[in-house]
Amino acid sequence: MRYAETGFNLEIDLSRGNIERVETDPRDTELYLGGLGTNAKILWDRVPPETEPFSPDNLLIFGTGLLCGTPATGCNRTIVSTFSPQTQLMAYSMMGGFWAPELKYAGYDKVILRGKSPQLVYIWINNDKVEIRDAAHLQGKGAVETAEILLQELKEPKAQVVAIGLAGENRVYFASIEQGRSSASRGGIGAVMGDKGVKAIVVRGTKDINVARPAEFMELCTEVLQYIKFRNENPVPGVMPILAGLGSPQEMKVHDEKWHTENFMWGNSRTRRKDFWNEEIARQWTETLDTMRRRLISCFNCPMTCGATIQPPGRSTYMMKCFSKLTYTMAAMSDLEFGLGIAQSATEYGVDAFSAPQVMAFALELYEAGILTDQDFPGMPADNEGRFYWLLDRIARREGIGDVLANGTYWAARQIGKGAEAYAHNNIKKHEQLPLKLSMLNPIYFLMYATGEKINITQIEGQFPQAPFATKEEREAFVEDWFQVPDEKFKQYFLDWEIRGEKSMPYYPTVPMCCDIVDWQERMHYIDDALGMCAGLSSFPLKPPYHIHNYPKFISAGAGVDMDEAKLTQAAKRYRTLVRAINIRRGMRRKDEKPPEDHWKKRFPELEKELLDTYYNFKGWNNQGIPTEESLHELGLDYVSEDFGQRGIGSDQEGTPAEETSADT
Amino acid sequence: MGEKKMKKVKTIKVDVDKCHGCRACEVACSAFHAAPQYSSNNPARSRVRVIREPIKDIYVPVYAGENAKAECMGRDKYVIDGKEYDECAFCRASCPSRDLFKEPDSGLPLKCDMCEGEEEPLCVKWCLVDALTYEEREEEVEEEVKPEDVEIGLEALVDKYGLEQVMDTVARRSLSKKG
Repeated sequence: MRYAETGFNLEIDLSRGNIERVETDPRDTELYLGGLGTNAKILWDRVPPETEPFSPDNLLIFGTGLLCGTPATGCNRTIVSTFSPQTQLMAYSMMGGFWAPELKYAGYDKVILRGKSPQLVYIWINNDKVEIRDAAHLQGKGAVETAEILLQELKEPKAQVVAIGLAGENRVYFASIEQGRSSASRGGIGAVMGDKGVKAIVVRGTKDINVARPAEFMELCTEVLQYIKFRNENPVPGVMPILAGLGSPQEMKVHDEKWHTENFMWGNSRTRRKDFWNEEIARQWTETLDTMRRRLISCFNCPMTCGATIQPPGRSTYMMKCFSKLTYTMAAMSDLEFGLGIAQSATEYGVDAFSAPQVMAFALELYEAGILTDQDFPGMPADNEGRFYWLLDRIARREGIGDVLANGTYWAARQIGKGAEAYAHNNIKKHEQLPLKLSMLNPIYFLMYATGEKINITQIEGQFPQAPFATKEEREAFVEDWFQVPDEKFKQYFLDWEIRGEKSMPYYPTVPMCCDIVDWQERMHYIDDALGMCAGLSSFPLKPPYHIHNYPKFISAGAGVDMDEAKLTQAAKRYRTLVRAINIRRGMRRKDEKPPEDHWKKRFPELEKELLDTYYNFKGWNNQGIPTEESLHELGLDYVSEDFGQRGIGSDQEGTPAEETSADT
Repeated sequence: MGEKKMKKVKTIKVDVDKCHGCRACEVACSAFHAAPQYSSNNPARSRVRVIREPIKDIYVPVYAGENAKAECMGRDKYVIDGKEYDECAFCRASCPSRDLFKEPDSGLPLKCDMCEGEEEPLCVKWCLVDALTYEEREEEVEEEVKPEDVEIGLEALVDKYGLEQVMDTVARRSLSKKG
């Protein structure tokens, strides 16, 4: 008997219309847990590295986390893995919501799509009955609209839907997969779904998910709930409000946006507005949010109310998450009313709320600079807000300049030429980043930005405070109940960390300390991503309810897989290394591992080199970032070494990496 | 007439304005009622379900009550604060007109038992936003004199066929027995 997981994947070949329920190997659960871990194993085994993202041979995997569907609070994530048309690397975007538990209750751990459907279809999974159905009537429909139509059509109000909008159908490189409350947005996975001709996947499940040691598991769940209660009543002092509590940043609750609006960049990640926030704006924005926000809402089995239903005047209701609240507002140098309004269109079209606003601001910057001209924007309105709506529409439809912009700033700049490359300045590995430009290099963030393969900082950072506290007393108070640390040394790192002087950034934390800290941060995110746990209750906030000390117990009692801290750390390292191996096999090397040039004003090239050298070594990778034979052997990944050997990867004779290619075939 | 007595009434107060639709109540309920306890999880077996239509801003946790053998003859709509609710959204019955509150395997009806034996129902314990709160209150009730089974049966027959026909039938049968 399998516990926590169902032990079955649903394999759907869209070219042939074949559907199979396939039993999985329980040994893979021990080695790679589930979710991201087992997704990575499938991608390594079944998708050769030369596969184009828009090839029928590319897989699109919807993986549930190992503990999704159990009573573990906040464990509801779907991990979507494929190859990204934008980065050409492995994309693994994730979403909370309700879909993953529903799939588990229907009897499957993953849905694996391969091939391409000749017509637009949707997939209807109703327990054991799975059908591929015609979706001609849904063509061009919004993502939220599609979900509503399908629930009515199928007369299944309790079913859960993932869907793409027009952007996904048109293979926009930053198209998202939307799920009402949540979306998997990064890396253009919505474009892959569109390329496969799948408009939506609807799931309804009424089966049991079993746990191995029931009483023990429930006791652990109850402890977590109690600790969430405690943390809600006792916010961490000395940090900004969004870091004081649990949950993903509580954007929908917060009216005071001084911190974001004055520290993050406006426009095409260009302008910092240090005196932006004032009483008048606070009053206006509060009124806007209070008028449009209907209700704070949560994902499956989670009390954190991180999202909200938003009803902009004259538009249909949608559900907003996290920082999408401000990205459109700030890219357009506009106000919150505009931001909440255009986000409704963007959600229906299904685009990533980090990339899309920056792409539009980038286009208008090129227009101002004369690189793009009136000819490129026929019929564009004169007003700023109108232009953003116009551009969003062109991008989702891939019309005119929108067809170029739909490839994201990196590829669009290369297509446009005439110096446009300099305007695509906020990318890592060809992917638009959080609009943030800072003064002094932060060595911890340098490593995370450079080596993170989620290519998205908010899903890598966490646990360790972002900045030192001013006084020794505050620091001592902070570490007092900091039991989540994997090792006592982290407390000392933090206690000694000063704002100024010898023990301040960029030389403190020291290089080896930075390696420890980043490794811990990354490890916790990777564990979350395999278990399906929301980062908002685990790897992202300070002092979370889930941590390295209780996770092994959750896995043992839940999945019946014997686990301790060392074994869990090793498992996370194993599939983290496998993700790297997948990307290495696709040509990723040290040259790709760098934050945007202008991310910090003051850079320290020698220190940065030392950081990267030391971290690579610490992780068991060579100086190109390629996992070494010894480290692969230690992780039981000899099959990766063999493959590397056959391809000449990591050898001294390794030639120059393969040339970049666009996925636009 | 029976005598007056104080009775403890268990109540779950549902504040639909506070519900944020996470369905933790369903999770806790189905785990608690699994056999062995907590061994499995399946919201379809839960005795509380959240009627949830996020786009319409409808969130109603509703509890399983008595089993109704027949469908309602008509179903009404309620408009509250501009939102249209189906009457079923507030109905506790497991009935032929919907799949709510039935064991998914056997189709047998489910009924909330307030988590007998626990200090408060688990759905309440798991609802950290206080959409569900537990209240016990004392109520004065008239202790009914319990009718015997035969009497209950007779009453039903009288309801259905009328006293006269029942009496006739009883008389006829007793005659034929003696016969």
